[in-house]
Amino acid sequence: MIQELIIILIAASITNNFVLTYFLGICPFIGVSNKIDSAVGLGMATTFVMTMAAAVTWIIYHRILVPFNLVFLQYVAFIIVIASLVQFVEMFIRKTAPALYRTLGIFLPLITTNCAILGLTLFMVLRKYSFPEAIVFGLGAGIGFTLALVIMAGIREELRFADIPEPLKGTGITLLIAGMLALAFMGFGGIISGQ
Amino acid sequence: MTKDFIRGLWKENPVFVQVLGMCPTLAVTTKALFGLSMGLATTFVVVSSSVVISVIRKCVPEQVRIPMFTVVIATFVTVADYMLKANFFEISKALGPYIPLIVVNCVILGRAEAFASKHNVMRSFLDALGMGVGFTCALVVLGAVREILGGGTLFGYRVMWEGFTSWIIMILPAGAFITLGLLVGAFNMADKRMKEK
Repeated sequence: MIQELIIILIAASITNNFVLTYFLGICPFIGVSNKIDSAVGLGMATTFVMTMAAAVTWIIYHRILVPFNLVFLQYVAFIIVIASLVQFVEMFIRKTAPALYRTLGIFLPLITTNCAILGLTLFMVLRKYSFPEAIVFGLGAGIGFTLALVIMAGIREELRFADIPEPLKGTGITLLIAGMLALAFMGFGGIISGQ
Repeated sequence: MTKDFIRGLWKENPVFVQVLGMCPTLAVTTKALFGLSMGLATTFVVVSSSVVISVIRKCVPEQVRIPMFTVVIATFVTVADYMLKANFFEISKALGPYIPLIVVNCVILGRAEAFASKHNVMRSFLDALGMGVGFTCALVVLGAVREILGGGTLFGYRVMWEGFTSWIIMILPAGAFITLGLLVGAFNMADKRMKEK
């Protein structure tokens, strides 16, 4: 049991990294990865929402949608859950930890449109994870997202002084670097057999 | 009127200029056919949701508009998903969770928020159609490049010579990023040339 959970955690965060293998969460990956500080902030907030979303949508899917034969409503239900979860997390952090809110504040609403979160819930249903597995999967995916975002931000900070060809500035070079990162992450592929 | 339509094709192309909707763009374009299917599904969703949002724009309160838009979009995505499953099961299986992920495609919410919620039905329809077609074109180009170099075929037909060594990297995630990065560069170059003329 524990071993399986660890495999899911490593698979979700490194070998099948959400950003670099499934292309989920590319928008913030390209948009927000300018500074390491904001990358860490966004990564942490996203990890939190992902773990919560995995837990809540698991309960809704397996305890409400499946027993009442409402599976066709899953996309609508999931997106509402995620949107309200983000809203709730935002209010909660603002009330209890104003300092943290000031750091994360602007990133929080962005998380709703982060496809990594809806993607996470869909993969969770597709792979028929149990409840603890779903939570670990959410956590791993969040860690993987943070990792990719921070590495990217680090590279882009260095890149400011590089001599980049005019047409590739901005998006172009970011995508090329992401490609190289994806290549590098392929090297981890052998860690888990049968994935 | 035609301006609304043409804008999405080049000047505000959702993929190359606005860099929106990256996740389906990169994920499904291992083959040109998948790119085309994803493009058409997205076009369907963006056109229908823009029309509906434009119709209801006056009775939606400002504060709850984003959740409202999202629910409208999610509904049409469900329709598209079930249509694909019923008629093109193979394609639906290959695209997997990326069809439901159209819900969070920023192109669609972007059009709803930036255009359909402020303009009349006809203009919203044309604008959404232009964006959808521009998105589809970008996906087909990306898919075609990756399919030709990664497998030597285009839409399943062999186009490269015998003994052509497939570039496996093109089918892998890394190839998607690199191809799109270079395409964005090429697009910017072409755009600059055209402006100078």
